[in-house]
Amino acid sequence: MAEERRPKQCTVVLPTESMKAMAESIGVGQLQEESCAALSEEVSYRIKDIAQDALKFMHHGKRCKLTTSDIDHALKLKNVEPLYGFQSQEFIPFRFASGGGRELHFYEEKEVDLSDIINTPLPRVPLDVSLKAHWFSIEGVQPAIPENPPPAPKEQQKTESTEPLKAVKPGQEEEGAIQKGQGATSAEAKGKKDGLMRMKPRSTHELSVEQQLYYKEITEACVGSCEAKRAEALQSIATDPGLYQMLPRFSTFISEGVRVNVVQNNLALLIYLMRMVKALMDNPTLYLEKYLHELIPAVVTCIVSKQLCLRPDVDNHWALRDFAARLMAQSCKTFSTTTNNIQSRITKTFTKSWLDDKTQWTTRYGCIAGLSELGPDVIKTLILPRLTVEGARIKAVSDGPVVSNIDKIGADHVQSLLLKHCASVIAKARPLPDNVEQYRADYGYLGPMLCSHVVKARAQAALQAQQVNRTTLTITQPRPTLTVSQSGIGGSGGSRTPSIIKVPSSLTLMSTRPGTPTQPSPPATKYIVMATSSGSSSTQQVLWTAVLLFLFSLKYIHSVLLDSPDIVPVKSLETPTHSRLFIFTIFYIVE
Amino acid sequence: MAAVQDGQLNLEVEKDIKTEITNDGSGNINASSSSPGSTSSGGKSKSPAGSGEDQQTLLAVLQFLKRNKLTESVDILRREAGLSADADDSPVSESAGAGSGGVPSVGADGGDANSLLSRVSIATPVAPPATAPPKVVAASGGEDQPDVNVVLSAYSQQGDPVLYPLYYNGLKKFIESVLDCHRAELSQVFYPLFVHMYLELVYNNHENEAKQFFEKFSGDQECYYEEDLRILSSMSKKEHMKGNETMLDFRTSKFVLRISRDSYQLLKRHLQERQNNQIWNIIQEHLYIDIFDGMPRSKSQIDAMSGSLAGEGKRDANKAKVFYGLLKEPEIEVPLDDEDEEAENEEGKPKKKKPKKDSMGSKSKKQDPNAPQQTRIPLPELKDSDKLDKIMNMKEATKKIRLGPDNLPSICFYSFLNAYQGLTAVDFTDDSSLIAGGFADSTVRVWSVTPKKLRRVKSAADLSNIDKESDDVLERIMDEKTASESKILYGHSGPVYGISFSPDRNYLLSSSEDGTVRLWSLQTFTCLVGYKGHNYPVWDTQFSPYGYYFISGGHDRVARLWATDHYQPLRMFAGHLADITCTRFHPNSNYVATGSADRTIRLWDVLTGNCVRILTGHKGPIHSLAFSPNGKFMASGATDGRVLLWDVGHGLMVGELKGHTDTIYALKFSRDGEILASGSMDNTVKLWDTLKAFDDVELDDFTAATGHIHLPENSQELLLGTYMTKSTPVIHLHFTRRNLLLAAGAYNP
Repeated sequence: MAEERRPKQCTVVLPTESMKAMAESIGVGQLQEESCAALSEEVSYRIKDIAQDALKFMHHGKRCKLTTSDIDHALKLKNVEPLYGFQSQEFIPFRFASGGGRELHFYEEKEVDLSDIINTPLPRVPLDVSLKAHWFSIEGVQPAIPENPPPAPKEQQKTESTEPLKAVKPGQEEEGAIQKGQGATSAEAKGKKDGLMRMKPRSTHELSVEQQLYYKEITEACVGSCEAKRAEALQSIATDPGLYQMLPRFSTFISEGVRVNVVQNNLALLIYLMRMVKALMDNPTLYLEKYLHELIPAVVTCIVSKQLCLRPDVDNHWALRDFAARLMAQSCKTFSTTTNNIQSRITKTFTKSWLDDKTQWTTRYGCIAGLSELGPDVIKTLILPRLTVEGARIKAVSDGPVVSNIDKIGADHVQSLLLKHCASVIAKARPLPDNVEQYRADYGYLGPMLCSHVVKARAQAALQAQQVNRTTLTITQPRPTLTVSQSGIGGSGGSRTPSIIKVPSSLTLMSTRPGTPTQPSPPATKYIVMATSSGSSSTQQVLWTAVLLFLFSLKYIHSVLLDSPDIVPVKSLETPTHSRLFIFTIFYIVE
Repeated sequence: MAAVQDGQLNLEVEKDIKTEITNDGSGNINASSSSPGSTSSGGKSKSPAGSGEDQQTLLAVLQFLKRNKLTESVDILRREAGLSADADDSPVSESAGAGSGGVPSVGADGGDANSLLSRVSIATPVAPPATAPPKVVAASGGEDQPDVNVVLSAYSQQGDPVLYPLYYNGLKKFIESVLDCHRAELSQVFYPLFVHMYLELVYNNHENEAKQFFEKFSGDQECYYEEDLRILSSMSKKEHMKGNETMLDFRTSKFVLRISRDSYQLLKRHLQERQNNQIWNIIQEHLYIDIFDGMPRSKSQIDAMSGSLAGEGKRDANKAKVFYGLLKEPEIEVPLDDEDEEAENEEGKPKKKKPKKDSMGSKSKKQDPNAPQQTRIPLPELKDSDKLDKIMNMKEATKKIRLGPDNLPSICFYSFLNAYQGLTAVDFTDDSSLIAGGFADSTVRVWSVTPKKLRRVKSAADLSNIDKESDDVLERIMDEKTASESKILYGHSGPVYGISFSPDRNYLLSSSEDGTVRLWSLQTFTCLVGYKGHNYPVWDTQFSPYGYYFISGGHDRVARLWATDHYQPLRMFAGHLADITCTRFHPNSNYVATGSADRTIRLWDVLTGNCVRILTGHKGPIHSLAFSPNGKFMASGATDGRVLLWDVGHGLMVGELKGHTDTIYALKFSRDGEILASGSMDNTVKLWDTLKAFDDVELDDFTAATGHIHLPENSQELLLGTYMTKSTPVIHLHFTRRNLLLAAGAYNP
C-alpha cells in the first residue's frame, strides 16, 4: 500500500487554475502561467507543512480525527494568525454533487433566519464531563455487562453456528487465546486445551446470576401490563450488546409463548411477543440465524392462525397479522439464503393455504398479507392472477345471504387488503389509460374498485415525482455555474481539468451575472474548487484539499481550513466523501 | 562540524523564540554528536573547541541583534564580551571554512578517509574542492539568510544532476551483487544516501531531476521511513528548505550507521575503484559510520534497531554507566495496626514480629550495587505526612496480589463520558484516590474516586478563627461547603497535553499547548506557578517519584528539569531531533527518559545533564514510556503499535511485543514488575508476561558488548490477555498498590 501511494506524493500539487481563479477574485487579472505554477507549488508545500504539524496535535490530542482546531494550533506554531470561526467538533459536512462529468464538493451553507433563531427555544445544555467506572476484567475474564463489548462478536457467533468444527481446530490457537481473554466459559477453554478431535463443542448456556435476573426482569416487563416498562425492556433487547448468551432462552420463551397464547386466544400477549421478535431482529449484535427454526413458526402462526383472539368480530387481530407479516418479510430479506430458502418456503406455505377453498377468511387474510409484504414481484406473479377468483369469492359473501358476521368482516378486510397492495403494483405495471370496463374484464368483481385505486395511486406517484424533481433541481443547481466558471477562466472549459468557481456568498445567487469581472470582494468569499476526472485512472489519483493561506502579490494572508487525505492517514478521516473533497473556503482579511 | 553547529545555533537565534536552546543546548548537542570518546565526559569537560564555540555563539547573537537593528544592545554586548567591532563580520565564513575542513573523521578510519578525500578532490575537477564553496555561499547569501545557507552549504558541491541516478544505481547494483552476509548491512546506506542526494538536487535547483530521482528510488526505501519520505517529497524547491525542521535534522546531524569492518572495507573499495566521489563525499560528510569488528549483522538485527530519524545510536553513546538500582528507602517504624494486632494475638504471639519483618525486610536490605549514591542528587526530606503515607503504602503492599500468567489482574475502567473527544491526558495518584483529566478546552478536572470529597481550604480570614491547638486542625481548615466530587482548574489557554500528580497528592502539574507548565495546589484548587520557558506546546510533564523535581518536554525538542520552587529550569536536555513526546522519571529519580518524534528514546542523567542512552528501534513517534519498578528495564510504545522492552543498564533492546494495531498511549508495569499492561488507540488493553520476556533474553558478553541482539519472536506467548472496550481508546493505565489495574479513556461514541 505504501509503495503504491508513494510515487504520487511528489506530484500532488494544487491545480494552477485554482491559483488563477483566486487571483482574479482579489483583483489580479492577468496572472502569468509561470507565476501560477510557482504559486501553486508554494501553496501546496505550505499546506502540506501545516497539515504535518496539525497531525501532531491530533496525535497528542489522542484522537484519530483531524479537527479544525488542530489546524489552528499548527498555524499558531508557525506564527500565523489562526483561522477564527471554524471551530467545529465534527468534520465539516461537505456535500457532493456531480454533473457534466465534473465532481464537486461543496460546503452547504444554509441561509438562517435570525428571527427563527431568536424564537426557537434554547437547546439543552450539553452534558458535562463525567466519570464512570465499570469492571473491565475480573481476574482475566471480561464480564458481560453493557459497558463491555459483546463477549462474542457477531462474526464469531456466526462461525460458531455455521462452522462449529472450525473453532476447535488446532491451527486456530490465536483465536482460542482471544476467546480465552474475552471470557469464554471455562468448559470451552478446557475443551480447547485438550486439542483432540471434537465434534461440536458442547455449547454451555449457563447464565450468571445477573443474567438470570436480567432475563427475568426483561421477560416479565415484555409481557407485563406496564407499557412504559415494556418499552424500556424492548429498547434494551434491541440495543444491548451482551444478549448473546440469553438468546436461546428468549427464542424458546417466544415460541412457547406463542404456542400457549394462540390456544388461549390471548391477542395482547401475542402482540407483545411479536414486538419482542422485532426487537431481537433490530439488535445489530445478535446473530439470529441459529434460532430461526423457533422464531419463524411463531411468527407464521401469528400471521395465519384461524383465530387469534376471543372475539374475532370485534378485536383487531388484523393489525397483528399485518405486523407479523411485515416481520416475516423482514426476516426473509435478512436471513434468506440459497441454502435455507426461507423466502421460497414461506411463499409456498402461504400460497398453498390460500389456494385451499376451505380456508377461513382470517387465514386467507394472513396469507395474502404475508405474500404481499414480500414485495411487488410476489404480488405480480402470485396475487394478481388470482384477483378474479378472489373477487368472486368476496362477492359471494357480500352479495349472498348473511351466513355469519365474521365471514363478512373477513371478506371486507381481504378486499381492502387486496386493493391496497395491488393498486400500487398495477399502477406501475399497467399502461394508461385506466378504463373501468377493461379492469372489470381483467380483474372481475374487484375491477372497478381497483381502477379507482389505481387512478389515485397514479396521482400520488405523480405528485411525489414532482417533489423528487424539485429536490433534484436544487441539487443540480450549481450546474449553471459550471459554465460561468468555464467562461471566466477561459480556455480551460473544454479540457477537463480542475477548475475553480467563485460563488458570491450564497448558492442561490450563482447564476447571476456570469461575466462579472472579479473585484476585491467583500470579506467572506467562497471558492469551490472543482476537479474533473480526465479518465478513470486519474480519478483514483488522490487529490487533496486544503485550507490555505495564500500570499499574493498583495500581502494579505488568507488562511483557511484544510483537510488532506494525502497527508492524513486514511483512518483519520471517517467519511467517504472526505476522501476527495475539494472545497476550501477562504477568508481573507482586508488590510 | 563546528560550522554546522554554529549554523544551527544561528538559525535558532533567528527564530528568536528558541533562543534558550542555543545557550544551554550546545553543550549537550556536543556531548551526543561530537567525536567519539568524549561522550562520557560530555558536558563537563570542555572540548578544546569549547571556548571558540562560546565566542561563536556570542557572535551569532550579535549578528542577530544587528539584523534587528538593536544597535545599542550590540554595543553593550560587545563591550561586555570584549570583542572588537570587526570581529563579528567574519565569523560565519570562518567557521564554515573550519567546519568543512574538519569534517572527515570517521571513527578509526579517520586518517585513511582523510587522505582518500583529498585524493578525490584533486583527481576530479567535476566536484569542486570541498573547502571552497561554503565561503562563497556564505558571502553571497549573506544579506538574506546567511545562517540557513551555511547549514545548507555542503549541498552546493554538486555534480552533474543527470549522473545522480546513475551513481545511485551503480551503488545499488554493487550492493545487490555482494555476498548475502554483507548485503543487509550495506543496504543501510541507501536511505541516508537517497535523502542527501535528493536534498542536494533540490538545493541546486534541479527540480525535475530531483523529482525523477525521488520517483525512481523512493520505492526502494524501507517502509518505516515513509513518514520522512512524505516530508521530503513535499520539499521540491530550494526555498522550502529554509526553515524546514526535518531538513535541518538531516543536515545538522549525521546519520549513524553501524557496519562491520568487512562490509565497510567492501564499500570503500568499491567506491574507490569507481571513483564514485559524489557518493563518497556524502558518506564522508553526512554519515557517521560506526565500524565494529565481528560478524556482519543480519537483516532482522538491523531492522530491529533502525528506523529513527538519524540512524542508530552510536555504540559508545550507550557506554556510560547508569545507576539503575533503587534508592534505599528510609527506615520507618511501622506501628502495628490495632486490627492486625488483635488478629495476631488470637493466633499466638510468635507471629507478632513477622509483619514487621516483612514490611521492613525488603527495604532494609544492603544498598544495591547498581544504585546511585543516596545523596547523588539532593532529594526533599520526608515530612511526617510522607512517612504516614509510606506506612499506608507498606500496609497496602502486604495485601498486594501476586500477579502472574495464572493470576491476571482485575481491571477497572474509568470512562470519561461526554468528553466530546476532548480528553487529552489522565493521571491517577499513587494511592488511586484521585483522578485528574486534562482537556482540549484548556481545563483540568480532578475527581475523587473515594467517598472522601474534594474540599478547599478555608479562606485566610476564616483560618485565623481556628484553634490551632486542636487535634483535628487539619480537618477544621477544610471548608465543608466546597465539598464536591470533582473540581475544575482553569488557567491554561490551550489544550492540556500532560498531567501529573505529585507523590504527596498536594500538587498537580499540567502542561499545555500554550507553552506553560502549571503547578496547582490540591488544597486550595488554585494555580500556584506557571513555569514558562518552552514557548511551544509542552507535550508531557511528570513529577519525580520523590516530588520536588519535575520534567517537561515539548515541541521545542528540549526537555527541561525543574524544581517546584525555581522559576528557571535546573537542567535542559537538548539533543532530540524532533518533538519530545513523552517524559518519564526513573524510579530512583536520578535519570530521566524522554521519547521523541525522532523515534528515539534518550536517557539523561539528572546530575550531569548528559545523555547516557540513545535507544533506537521504534518506527514511529514514541508516545509512552514506563520503567519497571526495579528500575532495570524500560518499556516504550509508539505509533507503530509495538512495545519495545529495554535493558537500561546495558542500553539494549531486549524484547518486542507486537499485537496492537494503533498508537500505544499507555504503558504500566505492575507493582512487582511481573506484568506489563499496554493501552492503545485501538481500544484494547493488553497484558504481557514481562518476567518471561526478560528471562528469555540471554545476555552473553558478546551481545552485551556489541549490542547485536537476536530478538525472540514470542509476542504471542507473552501475551496474557486482550480486552476490548466498546469504543474507548485507552490513554492511561495505573496499578493500584494492591495490583488492581485501573484504565482510563474517553468514551467515543
